[in-house]
Amino acid sequence: MQVKLKKHSFPELIKFDPGMYIEALVDWLILNFQGFFDALTDVIKWIVFNIQDGLSFIPWFLFILLIFLLGWKLKSFQSGLGYAMMIMLIGLIGLWEDMIFTLAIVITSVILSIIIGIPIGIFSAYNQKLEALLKPLLDGMQTMPSFVYLIPAMIFFGLGTVPAVFATIVYSTPPCIRLTSLAIQRVPKEMREAAYAFGSSRWQALVKVELPQAMPTIMAGINQTTMLAMSMVVTSSMIGAKGLGENVIIAINRTDIAMGFNSGISIVFLAIIIDRLTQMISKKYEHV
Amino acid sequence: MSKKIEVKNLYKIFGSKPKLALKRLKEGWTKEKILKTTGQTVGVNNASFTVDEGEFFVIMGLSGSGKSTLIRCLNLLNRPTAGEILIDGEDIVKYDRQQLREFRQNKVAMVFQNFGLFTHRTVLGNVEYGLEIRNINKDKRKQIALEALESVGLKGWEDKMPTELSGGMQQRVGLARALANNPDILLMDEPFSALDPLIRRDMQIELLEIQSKLKKTIIFITHDINEAFKLGDRVAVMKDGKIVQQGTPEEILNNPSNEYIEDFVKSIDRTKVIKAKNIMKRPNALVSIKDGVRVAIREMQTNHISSVFVVGENMQLEGIVTIDDCVEAIKNKQSSLKALLRHDYYKTTEDEYIENLLENATKSRYPIVVVNDENKLLGIIVRTSILSGLLPYNSN
Ligand SMILES: Nc1ncnc2c1ncn2[C@@H]1O[C@H](COP(=O)(O)OP(=O)(O)O)[C@@H](O)[C@H]1O
Ligand SMILES: [Mg+2]
Repeated sequence: MQVKLKKHSFPELIKFDPGMYIEALVDWLILNFQGFFDALTDVIKWIVFNIQDGLSFIPWFLFILLIFLLGWKLKSFQSGLGYAMMIMLIGLIGLWEDMIFTLAIVITSVILSIIIGIPIGIFSAYNQKLEALLKPLLDGMQTMPSFVYLIPAMIFFGLGTVPAVFATIVYSTPPCIRLTSLAIQRVPKEMREAAYAFGSSRWQALVKVELPQAMPTIMAGINQTTMLAMSMVVTSSMIGAKGLGENVIIAINRTDIAMGFNSGISIVFLAIIIDRLTQMISKKYEHV
Repeated sequence: MSKKIEVKNLYKIFGSKPKLALKRLKEGWTKEKILKTTGQTVGVNNASFTVDEGEFFVIMGLSGSGKSTLIRCLNLLNRPTAGEILIDGEDIVKYDRQQLREFRQNKVAMVFQNFGLFTHRTVLGNVEYGLEIRNINKDKRKQIALEALESVGLKGWEDKMPTELSGGMQQRVGLARALANNPDILLMDEPFSALDPLIRRDMQIELLEIQSKLKKTIIFITHDINEAFKLGDRVAVMKDGKIVQQGTPEEILNNPSNEYIEDFVKSIDRTKVIKAKNIMKRPNALVSIKDGVRVAIREMQTNHISSVFVVGENMQLEGIVTIDDCVEAIKNKQSSLKALLRHDYYKTTEDEYIENLLENATKSRYPIVVVNDENKLLGIIVRTSILSGLLPYNSN
C-alpha cells in the first residue's frame, strides 16, 4: 500500500528579504562615509606595512634566535628549541617572506582587536543593556560565514591587505570583548567594595583593582583572539591578502599537494608558536 | 564625650520598588509579608542609635538580620532608602560624589569579613592603597604603611603576597590597611568570624589594645554574643532589620528585653562576660594594720569568718591574717599584726573576667581580693558569689 504524502511549501506570497536592507545600508555608508573609509584604509595600511618593515628588518638568524630565547625564557629550553626549529623549517620551505607578511596582518588585527575589544568589554561589564545588545551581535560575528562580510569589506576597503585585516578583526574580536567583560564582572565583590570604601574614583577602582584582577582572563581572551586571527589567514587571501594563505589558495587552484602541505604546515607551526607564547605571557599575569 | 555618629530612622530596602515597601513597612507590615507580596527585601528597618567619640559599639544579630546592610550604610556602600546618618553633625546621605570620596578617604575605613585584600598587590601595596588613592607621595605612604604594619605585628611581611599569609595575618593586613588611613571611624563587618577561635581571641585582645591606644570610634559587627560582650562598650541587637535592644553588656545580660535576646543570652558563656567588678562585694570585715591582734580576732568572730584582710591608709592592701595565727600570737604575747601577715591570697583587678578567676577561686583558702592599680582594696569575691554570677538572670 502506498501512502501519498502531500508536500507543504512555505507560501510565496509573504516574503521578507533582510539582505536587501543590509545592501541598502552598505550603499548608504559608501555614499556618505567614503572619506572615512579611505582614511581608515590608509591608517591600517600604514600599520601593516610598518610592522612588516620592522619584522623584515630583523635578519632571519636573529629572528630564530629571538624566538628561541622567548620560548626558553617563558617556558623551557626544549620549547625554545622546538619553536626555533619550526620557524627554521618555514624558512627552509621557502616561505619566510610570506610568513612575515602573514605575521604583519595577524599582529595588526590583534592590536586593533585589543584596542576595540577591551574598552567595549569594560563598558559592557558595567552596563547590562549594552551586554544584552552585544551578545547576539558577537555570536553573529563569529558564526556568520566570513565570506559574507568579505563582500562589503571589499566594497569599503578595496582588495588586499586592508579588507583582510577588517575581516580578521570582525572574526577575532568577540572573545576579547567577552572575556574582558566576564573578567571584570568576576572581580570579587569584597575587593571592589574595598576599593570604593577607601574612596577610589571609578577610574581608580578600574585601573588599580579591577583591571589587574581581570588581567589573567583578559590575557586568555587575547590568546583566543590571536588564534582566531591565525585561522583567518587563508580566508583573507581569497580577497588578495599576501602571505602564507595565498600559497594555500594557489595550491588549491593547481591541485599541488606538496605546495598545499608546505604552506599548511607553515601556518600550523606559526599558530603553535604564537599560541604557546601568548599563553605563557598570560600565565605571568596569574595571581591566585 | 561628643556624639560621633547619629543614625536616625534609617531604612534600607533592596529591590525595584523601595518606596512602596517603605510605605507598607510604616503601615506595620512584617518583613516577611513585604517580601511575599511586593518582592522587596527589607534590609534595615527604622534603625536609630548614636555612637560617642572613642566608643566601641557592637552590632549583634543572627545571620540575615541586617547587620551588614546597616554598617554598609555608614560609608554609603549601601545607599539608605530613608533616614539620616549624621557624622560629626553632617548628614552624609546628602553628600555629592566628591564629598563622599573625601569622606571615605579621610573619616572612615572598613575591615571586611573575608578580608577584601587585593590579591594582585603585596602586603605593603595593600596597606598603601588608601594613601595612594589620596595621592600621597611614595616615600611618605611607604613610611606610614610600614608603621601601620608594625602596629599590627606584621613587620617584615611587607613584600609577601596576601595569599601567602594565614587567615589571621591577612586580617591584620586588612586592619593595617584601615589604620594607615588614620580614620576617625573604623567599620568592622564580622572581621574575625572567618578565623579559628584561638587566633580570634588574640585578634580581639589586640584590637582592644589598639583601641585603647588610638581611641578610634569603632562599629563592630558580630553574630557571636561572647565576642559582642567582650568587646563592646555598648551593644545593639538586631533582628529582621530592626534594632531590638541596645545597652551595655551588663544591661542586656540582666534585662534581656525579649525572648529573642534571651535566647542569645542563654547561649552565652557568662564566665566570659561577667567581670570581677560585677560580682565583688565590699568586705563585711576589715582590719587596719594599726589595729592589734585582739581587734582582728573580734572582727573575725563577729563575722563568723576565719581570715580577714588587713589594710593600711587609704585602703591600701597589706595582707591577710588568719584566726589560727592570731590565737597563737596571743598565747605568745604578741600584739602586732605585721608579723602575722600572709600573702598567699589571689589578687585581681576589677576588669578581669570570672573565666580567669574560677580556678583560683576553688584553689585558694581565702576570698579573691580585687584591687586597683595603686593596690587599693576595692572588694572581695567569695566562692559563692562566683557561682551565683554564673546563674542566668540574677535578680539584683
Ligand atoms: N544586595 C542585596 N540585594 C538584595 N538583598 C540583600 C542584599 N544585601 C542583603 N540583602 C538582604 O538583606 C537582609 C539582611 O542581610 P545582611 O545585612 O547581609 O545580614 P547580616 O549581615 O546580618 O547577615 C537579608 O535578607 C539579605 O538577603
Ligand atoms: Mg553580614
